[in-house]
Amino acid sequence: MKILIVIPCFNEQAAIAEVVRTIQRTTRQQGFDADVLVVNDCSTDKSIQIIRTLGCLYLDLPVNLGIGGAMHAGYKYAYRHGYDVAVQMDGDGQHPANELSKILTPLLQDKADVVIGSRFITGEGFQSSLTRRLGIKYFRWLNQFLIGQTIHDSTSGFRAFNRKTLAVVERYYPDEYPEPEAIVQFGLYGLRMMEVPVLMQERQGGVSSINSSRAVYYMAKVSLGILFIYLRLRGKGLKAV
Amino acid sequence: MGGLSFVIQLVSIVGASIFMIMIFRLIIKGRLREEYSIVWILCTLILIVFSIWRKGLEQISLWLGVYYPPSLIFLAAIFAIIVFLVHLSVVNSKLQSQIKTLTHEMAYLKQALQQVELNAKAPTTETVEEVE
Repeated sequence: MKILIVIPCFNEQAAIAEVVRTIQRTTRQQGFDADVLVVNDCSTDKSIQIIRTLGCLYLDLPVNLGIGGAMHAGYKYAYRHGYDVAVQMDGDGQHPANELSKILTPLLQDKADVVIGSRFITGEGFQSSLTRRLGIKYFRWLNQFLIGQTIHDSTSGFRAFNRKTLAVVERYYPDEYPEPEAIVQFGLYGLRMMEVPVLMQERQGGVSSINSSRAVYYMAKVSLGILFIYLRLRGKGLKAV
Repeated sequence: MGGLSFVIQLVSIVGASIFMIMIFRLIIKGRLREEYSIVWILCTLILIVFSIWRKGLEQISLWLGVYYPPSLIFLAAIFAIIVFLVHLSVVNSKLQSQIKTLTHEMAYLKQALQQVELNAKAPTTETVEEVE
């Protein structure tokens, strides 16, 4: 099983080196055949200079595409280079490397096509702010309503896909704020989604891409995205191959 | 009264013609693609036709039940503008998706090139080790 760990990076010069090194160390210790791919989304700080020294794979996007476009680049890369599994981990250290095996195990045992690391199942670790949790609850309700599956932490960016999912994602992945929208996409493609409880940490550096003034835009954009991807894919009898 | 409407008729014919010439110049210089210019040429032609054939506007308005003929122009113009704006948004979305694909391909090429450069360096260090 060849695994690619994709780390989107936009201005993460404070955290990226430590994040990559920890992941490399952990995968070696736990015996995973994993490569690390950092996708530098046209950072304006010194991220790319740091990434070059880390001895990992990296993509250097010449134009800033946002998290969705950066992850799409990573997933496409994984698909084209024959990886069996791709994992998304944030570049700010929110997703601890020692939780990787929890995310990977269901995929390696072929119990799921998509595994999402959720901080809400057991309620331990960093839980985010009240307003964000409210927003996440709303997405949970929306997903339940549209695809009949309950995903507790639909905004979680700690997720792993098998090759079947990569084939879907390679063709289309949402652009901006992709996480909740992708869940509806996977649901309509009939992919098996599984949530596993993970501990998350507060970011170690950098700033979130969503501040309070953008929150309203975020909710509107994601709701529209979810609605339209549902209308686009609904009733087409799609099956991932 | 008759004099005034002649002036406004002349002004609209001249204005529309200048606009048409501007569009042609932009196409000739390669700054406007033909597919986007069609709608502008059509609009200008309609403007010129109705500024020459003024009775026509009144007749069409009466036929449609519009009692104030100029408001028909406003209605048609606003409708055309909205349709064209939507068209521009579609073009914009298409461009954005093409840019995304190009950016991905460019990043892959950069990565592949870097791998090739690394591999080109690697054999020389190996031979040095062998000599040692």
